[in-house]
Amino acid sequence: MSEIIVAGFGGQGVLLLGQLIAYGGMLEDKEVTWFPAYGPEQRGGTCNCSVVVSKEEIGSPVVSKPTSVIAMNTPSIERFENDIVPHGLLVYNSSLSEIKSDRSDLRIIAVPANEIADKLGSSRVANMVLLGAFIEATGIVESTSIEASLKIVISERNHHLIPLNMQALKEGRAYQ
Amino acid sequence: MARKLMRGNDALAEAAILAGCKAFFGYPITPQNEIPAYMADQLPLRGGVYLQAESEVSAINMVYGAAGAGARVMTSSSSPGISLKQEGISYIAAAELPCVIVNVMRCGPGLGGIHPSQGDYFQAVKGGGHGDYKLIVLAPGSVQEMADLTILAFDLADKWRNPVMILADGILGQMMEPVVFEEDLKINQVEKPWATTGAIGRKPNIINTLDIVPESLEQKNIALLTKYDEIRKQEVRWQEIHTEDADLILVAYGTSARVARSAMEEARKKGLKVGLFRPISLYPFPEGEISRLASSKTEFLTIEMSSGQMVEDVRLAVNGKCPVHFTNRLGGMVPTVEDILEKIEEIYEGSDH
Repeated sequence: MSEIIVAGFGGQGVLLLGQLIAYGGMLEDKEVTWFPAYGPEQRGGTCNCSVVVSKEEIGSPVVSKPTSVIAMNTPSIERFENDIVPHGLLVYNSSLSEIKSDRSDLRIIAVPANEIADKLGSSRVANMVLLGAFIEATGIVESTSIEASLKIVISERNHHLIPLNMQALKEGRAYQ
Repeated sequence: MARKLMRGNDALAEAAILAGCKAFFGYPITPQNEIPAYMADQLPLRGGVYLQAESEVSAINMVYGAAGAGARVMTSSSSPGISLKQEGISYIAAAELPCVIVNVMRCGPGLGGIHPSQGDYFQAVKGGGHGDYKLIVLAPGSVQEMADLTILAFDLADKWRNPVMILADGILGQMMEPVVFEEDLKINQVEKPWATTGAIGRKPNIINTLDIVPESLEQKNIALLTKYDEIRKQEVRWQEIHTEDADLILVAYGTSARVARSAMEEARKKGLKVGLFRPISLYPFPEGEISRLASSKTEFLTIEMSSGQMVEDVRLAVNGKCPVHFTNRLGGMVPTVEDILEKIEEIYEGSDH
């Protein structure tokens, strides 16, 4: 069972990133849950969601001890790095955050997600770059499933953006 | 059939429309806002009426009116909003009108917080408003059940001419999970000869809850109680896992039951014979089924996101035949598997098993 927390600033595509993992898992006939941390949120504030992907029926959709964390900013690393299970995975956005983790047991992948996204022409696909690094490291879902999920999640008028998103995903996979 | 990934609130709203809901009246409150948003978007396109009322009191009285006119009608809210609706709910129960009321519970008391809770159990199953009446109360445990039990709720409401409450919580409302909708869902439309549909060619129907003649009102009260007795015989729903050989049975509903199930599986891995009993209908409560499982060889552990409400009904059902333990989280906190496992181990250490 994979228990994932995706975290960052509101507006970075944190919830969408989490949903794409859930959609991808569902399309591969796995059990999945997605749960947003909802509360008195504000624009630019922190934002996170829990995603569980499992072959078995899922209990709590609220992840307290993640097997993986995808962190899009420094506050997210600080908040969640100590919750990660021993030998778990931390994928983080090194464009916007630096890591001072004393967790020597973790597998840590630094991805300059915003720099890569900017090179591709849109900083808004930074989330997809991180997702690419994450699926490559975990093998949790195939990239074809992410592509199929994008077609469901993104409204039809924005389908022309799917190739850009897939390119960002591909670039991210190179970071391990 | 294809699985769709949907938020609990959205799945519930879609299910209501599929079940033939033709009218929705509500007022915004977190964490159920996706329900009125979905209804506002979809219901007018699919032959129904959506109206945002000026208050919860107004919304529930619009439900009263639409139900009286024979429409399949729903309202939804969250804890403080449900409190505001109680007067209307009592009237609807007294008038024996079918409707569906959704409570996506948040934590209280008072305005409380917006995070998940199960603190409205008493309010839902014991009456809630004034006078002697009962709702049928269904407790979903997944997004699939948010949909399925909503469809069932409309059927039960019509069958029994009684308001039915879906008692969910903020997690079930906000989480996304795969859900399957039955294609070509058959709607069990029942005749409603009592509805106030314009008395053309027949005597007028009157819907009224005032009866100041005690002899007459007593007969009405008895008729209601007789109906509730029949509901208790026919509409009990529950799920049992590993109860056959269990010497400790967890009792939980909704979100708590999901965590309890994981805790049960972890306990089984440690060789502890733990089972799970999940009430799906909270009224009628599966008291006979719990009583059947209670013996000198078992103990029970009730898990709730409340200060201890359903546990009272478990104790009534067990009726002293064995110990009933309790553990909980409050204030919008959700119990973890570790919380429950710790309590399970504590019980085993203190018992003869």
